[in-house]
Amino acid sequence: MSSVVQVPSVPHLEHRGRVTQPRVALSEWTKLRSVRSTRYSLLAAVLFTIGLAALACAVVSHHYPSMSPRDKADFHPLEVNLVGVQLAQLAIGILGILVITAEYSTGMIRASMTAVPKRLPVLWGKALVYGLVTAALMIPAVLIAFVVGQSILSRHHINAAFTDPGVARALFGAALYLTVVGLFGLGLGAIVRNTAGGIATFVAIMFVLPPLMNVLPTSWNDAASPYLPLAAGEAVMSVTSGNHLSPWVGLALFAGYAAAALAVAAVLLVRRDT
Amino acid sequence: MRLYLRLTASLVACRPLIEAQNLTKDYGDKRAVDGLTFRVEPGLVTGFLGPNGSGKSTTMRLILGLDRPTAGAVTVNGKRYREHAAPLHEVGALLEAQSVHTGRSAYNHLLALAQTHGIPKRRIGELIELVGLQDVARKRAGTFSLGMSQRLGIATALLGDPHTLTLDEPVNGLDPEGIHWIRNLLKALAAEGRTVFVSSHLMSEMALTADHLIVIGRGRLIADLSVDEFVRKASKNLVRVRSPQASDLRDLVVGPDVTVETVEPGVLEIVGLTAEQIGDAAAERGFAIHELTPQHASLEEAFMDLTREDVEYRAGQAASEPEVVA
Repeated sequence: MSSVVQVPSVPHLEHRGRVTQPRVALSEWTKLRSVRSTRYSLLAAVLFTIGLAALACAVVSHHYPSMSPRDKADFHPLEVNLVGVQLAQLAIGILGILVITAEYSTGMIRASMTAVPKRLPVLWGKALVYGLVTAALMIPAVLIAFVVGQSILSRHHINAAFTDPGVARALFGAALYLTVVGLFGLGLGAIVRNTAGGIATFVAIMFVLPPLMNVLPTSWNDAASPYLPLAAGEAVMSVTSGNHLSPWVGLALFAGYAAAALAVAAVLLVRRDT
Repeated sequence: MRLYLRLTASLVACRPLIEAQNLTKDYGDKRAVDGLTFRVEPGLVTGFLGPNGSGKSTTMRLILGLDRPTAGAVTVNGKRYREHAAPLHEVGALLEAQSVHTGRSAYNHLLALAQTHGIPKRRIGELIELVGLQDVARKRAGTFSLGMSQRLGIATALLGDPHTLTLDEPVNGLDPEGIHWIRNLLKALAAEGRTVFVSSHLMSEMALTADHLIVIGRGRLIADLSVDEFVRKASKNLVRVRSPQASDLRDLVVGPDVTVETVEPGVLEIVGLTAEQIGDAAAERGFAIHELTPQHASLEEAFMDLTREDVEYRAGQAASEPEVVA
């Protein structure tokens, strides 16, 4: 009896390349664009940024004639325009976590680490690609949100112009802020290595910690709170006074938190068993 | 002298082989791999055999640099895995269970891994065809059956056309045709001079595929021998004899080195003599023989004998322990 199964011989590969950082970055780009969670999360971030801005501006525009003079005085057209960023940061942060934790939950990390056994290029590749993708998407999203939102507000002539002081900085700052949120999520995810744990840590540091500061004595709270990641990062989007940190110092501090998270992740990635 | 040393060092580095020296790995206070020293030679399929939980997967992970050894070392082609600049060209690995993002297509999975080494896209198509996944290459890997996942794992292992292959339980979940296919593939790869290291907990499978065996139990090396040698050692020379004069025959052959068991009236199982010796002895006395069948203990039985001491979890273990009566 002869065998019915043919075994074709393995075709030979002439090419013999080595692992380089640009190649690993390209690989990370393929990984990022080839899963659904990326499309859904980024689509959500863009829709939140533009859609909520339009909605909020329409609501304010509708109520503006009946607002008290005091409320009118406090009103800043850019503030309503950036409400979408508050929700977009959740989508961006969670995707940043998933970019690494999904590799652990599926076992893909073993394939990634056998292809790149020095490991760090994988983390840097993810940070580079995810950072660039977020910035490339969120800069136009924020600008579109601004154009849409301000055109709605212009009905009552309460709109801001791009050339008004602080407006351009706040808009680009918002997009950069979202980019740093994504990298902070990536760093936390790489430390925790678990999706649920990563999201819990992210939400705790960003959103649960600030109100908890109220249990501290007022002087301590006032001294520490501006330096928390969320408050520091949001300084760059602020067009009203009352921030302890100047816009770029605040964003730099937030970027420092993200860099620290990535640095801890890098040390652990090399040391820990996969 | 120095030049000579350097020459031999580079020669050793060129030979595709896996070398473990006193390899040891602890997880907490549990020792998973305990002082393993072995060498996997090129040109052969080497079976890595042991009961479940004996440390096979851990050893595979140590070879691939996924885990760090607690003590000792393991090198592939002369270097630790992590030190290779182009690991996919050195070692192809089929990793335990699934190591694929379930939301990514087979094609994109292979593409992402190929890109780390700048391997051209053409190669991905060739391998998808080789493992027979053409129809599902664009489907999400999470929808794959275990057999299809194994085929994707094989394609991943062959991506860089490596000199050395380590495959963790490759026949798991494959249908008979798939098992046959992989058996031939492994033999063909070894025939090309590659080093092929395959783990399994099935002795019968290894007997058909492997040339050499490394057997471990509870993380320790139990045996390192060729399959032929194993089969020879395993054969117990049990001969089944049916004779109307069974009890006379029994009295005739029984001795210090020969054990005889009456399995049913008129049927004996004799250990310690060959069929020829028994037949001749019976002929001398004029005993009638109706059946004379040499029977080899199955390889599975021999494997179980070999690892009996080292099986971590055994059915009915608790029941066999003497009860302490206060």
